[in-house]
Amino acid sequence: MSVTITIDHTVKKYGDLTIIPDLSANIHNGEFFTLLGPSGCGKTTLLRMIAGFNSIEGGTISFDDQVINNIPAQKRNIGMVFQSYAIFPHLTVRQNVEYGLKLRKIPKAEMKERVDDILRVVRIEEYQDRLPDRLSGGQQQRVALARAIVIHPQVLLMDEPLSNLDAKLRIEMRSAIRDVQKQVGITTVYVTHDQEEALAISDRIAVMKLGVIQQIGSPQDIYARPYNAFVSTFIGHSNLFWATVQKSGSQTWLAFRNGYTIEMTNLVPEVFNGQQVVVSVRPEEFSLNDDGMECEIINRTFLGKYTNYFLRFGDGVVLDDQPSIEYSQDLGHVDRILDTGSKIRLRPNPNKINVFSEDLEQSLIRDVKRYDEE
Amino acid sequence: MTKNKIKWDFWTIITVGIIGLFLLFLIYPLLSLFLSGFKETGSDVWTLENYTKFFSRKYYTEALLNSFKLTACVTVVAILLGVPLAYFMSFYKIRGKGLLEILFIISMMSPNFIGAYSWILLLGRSGSVTQFLKGFGIDTPSIYGFGGMLLVFALKLYPFIYMYVSGALKKIDVALSEAAESLGCSGLRKVFTVIMPLVTPTLVAAALLVFMNCMADFGTPALIGEGYRVMPTLVYAEFVGESGGSANFAACMATIMVVITAVIFLLQKWYVNTKSFTMSSMRPIQPKEVHGVKGILIHLYIYLLAGFSIIPQCMVIYTSFRATHLQVFVDGYSLESYRKVFSTAIQSIRNTYIYCLVAIAIIVILGMFIAYLAVRRKNWLTNLIDTIAMFPYIVPGSVLGITLLIAFNHPPMMLAGTSIILVITLVIRRMAYTLRSSSGILYQISPSMEEAAISLGDSQPKAFFKVTAKMMLPGVASGAILSWITLINELSSSVMLYTAKTRTMSVAIYNEVIRASYGTAAALATILTITTVISLLIFFKVSGSKDVTM
Repeated sequence: MSVTITIDHTVKKYGDLTIIPDLSANIHNGEFFTLLGPSGCGKTTLLRMIAGFNSIEGGTISFDDQVINNIPAQKRNIGMVFQSYAIFPHLTVRQNVEYGLKLRKIPKAEMKERVDDILRVVRIEEYQDRLPDRLSGGQQQRVALARAIVIHPQVLLMDEPLSNLDAKLRIEMRSAIRDVQKQVGITTVYVTHDQEEALAISDRIAVMKLGVIQQIGSPQDIYARPYNAFVSTFIGHSNLFWATVQKSGSQTWLAFRNGYTIEMTNLVPEVFNGQQVVVSVRPEEFSLNDDGMECEIINRTFLGKYTNYFLRFGDGVVLDDQPSIEYSQDLGHVDRILDTGSKIRLRPNPNKINVFSEDLEQSLIRDVKRYDEE
Repeated sequence: MTKNKIKWDFWTIITVGIIGLFLLFLIYPLLSLFLSGFKETGSDVWTLENYTKFFSRKYYTEALLNSFKLTACVTVVAILLGVPLAYFMSFYKIRGKGLLEILFIISMMSPNFIGAYSWILLLGRSGSVTQFLKGFGIDTPSIYGFGGMLLVFALKLYPFIYMYVSGALKKIDVALSEAAESLGCSGLRKVFTVIMPLVTPTLVAAALLVFMNCMADFGTPALIGEGYRVMPTLVYAEFVGESGGSANFAACMATIMVVITAVIFLLQKWYVNTKSFTMSSMRPIQPKEVHGVKGILIHLYIYLLAGFSIIPQCMVIYTSFRATHLQVFVDGYSLESYRKVFSTAIQSIRNTYIYCLVAIAIIVILGMFIAYLAVRRKNWLTNLIDTIAMFPYIVPGSVLGITLLIAFNHPPMMLAGTSIILVITLVIRRMAYTLRSSSGILYQISPSMEEAAISLGDSQPKAFFKVTAKMMLPGVASGAILSWITLINELSSSVMLYTAKTRTMSVAIYNEVIRASYGTAAALATILTITTVISLLIFFKVSGSKDVTM
């Protein structure tokens, strides 16, 4: 039932405006694939091209071996969940779910069974005779999901389905969606701008910027080993430092602008002595250490599980134009909260930090790939 | 039981005042009408005779049946014309859309009887088209009677359907249409399983509106109906009574009409309340380009409909400039009709503007007060006021005229024949638009504005007039302009109440047409039409939208 989606050198244009210049990706059969990016990155545009609501100006999109460029939306056998849910307000919950099955001329008995099944799976059986008006946002979301899945589509497409829910419900629904998707085992393309949601729900994530995929990989890879500085700063927080490569014999060091140095063992062999690089350190990759880099705490936020400190380093040590330089202290292991204004010494963990080329475009860590299947 | 002591503040006094006005000018007259239907003519004896007479004679029951037949046909035709129009205008890019919308609204807001009158000018016994075709030996079917009324009403009322349905179509989120497509549904099937059901509640509401409007209209059947008797003309004939009518019997028939319209109104309320659902559209449907034969046919349909709708206005204006001799049109053009109007009918023009200006001033003040009470001072009493204020909606104009005449035909309130009774009728009849727009705007104004004024030391009335009322004005103005347009075009009630001295323009037009004095009628109708169009243009400017639905 479910298919592999192959996106091959696809182009999207509105008149003279190019939204997606040249995009390729493979979405595996049965996987939960997320398009993640800031607004305007083209993720919804791409989803609607797969759905058939947007035309394709170049390249191809295929379900298994069948090119679908010219197949109209209603013949693609897709299930779509809309940002606004798009539940038909004049039909009851049950009638909404039945709608697609009726069009497919499914026999009465089978239809009843399938609808009962899916209502149970998404846990809205008790509301089946209500009009959508009387449902909460989360319940409407479940109806939309049931309606899309019950027709046994080849792919399930979801366009920011959780963005209209409150924070608590969002977390509840994302595991509900994840569970239902795994139970049904359907290829799913999911669009979101919420990186936490993407990390929690996906098998693989494609991070997009300006119509170009920056990296495709598992949530763990994307977070731990981002391919460029955009991915590293868009997913979670990263502090960017200037540094210079120092090579002597078999050893490689990174020298920060304040004179601090650390030894690195996982850089690509192409790095050369004296090369300018950018070091990306996540707030939790620092630890307090008397041999660390000196900095000053300018502010702090207490967040329960940990405390976030906002730091200032000496002139020219970090890249300009960063919103903040942060260190987060896990409160499970320390008992002293540091004071604003105090000077501390921090050591970056060389096994965790990432190093990018001077233009921020490419990781210099060994075995980090832009696309996980090249 | 706690004793609720009434607090006598400014708004309590206003509440009591408005209730007093309603009791005197609405409840009491309607009650008198109702009661006098149960009395013997010329005496005070209680009887059911009027009702048995009505329901036992074919002459009367037939009129009732005719009314239903006509109204049902008009409603169906209006739906058949209006729904496709709304669909095409909302889903496709139509050339000249802005202008077309204005044309539809003009034909919707101009009075029915002018439509009837100009179709007589075209297709009547001595109509220009009739005469022209007669030159070729072709006989045209008669415009008088059922067919003519159907034509006039359908062309006049389909814009209601169009306005309401396209309003509902605008509220449909494009995602609903896409959802249907993603589930495998497209084309006509999508229209009938998704789009149409979504606008059905609105369509039913609009259809019932058309139904009531057609049922209650006096002018059209009076001018063009001839042998085809319907209820409003029957009531008029019985009441004005050139053939020895009886006011009590007229009251009985009027009561029957009110009951019918009330039932329809309640049906509509019930339907809308139970069947409607809220739609919020994040992305409304965008009109698409339409090409080829389909595009040509769609454009042709819309242009033809707009053309037919605007013919009455054009015909009236054209006719007003034709030369006449002893009431008969002769070749050539002149300003003769206008000269005659200004020498003989200037009184009616003056009356129209004076009465309507006075009425609109009262309407605006009452409308703002009632809206304020209903929105900001919610209790059972103010709710009652809000409900009663909608009453006139269901009372046909001619019936309202009779009602007030019966009630105020004797001392101490001897108002019959005065201009006061005309103004009162106008106010009661046309307040609804202003009331709706006033409460609409009031919901958007935060109560804290007024509270701030009071906290700074203003009294209640001062705070209302200096702060809230000023902020309401733009919203009120748009409703008031619509009220104004319906005021100047009012015929059904005025025709019951006028005297030689208190004739208004619409009554004068009606008289002139009856007397077959078409030239002066056309000149008066032109003045009325131009006033209407100018008022509408001001409305578009003030409200910034073309939404004239209520």
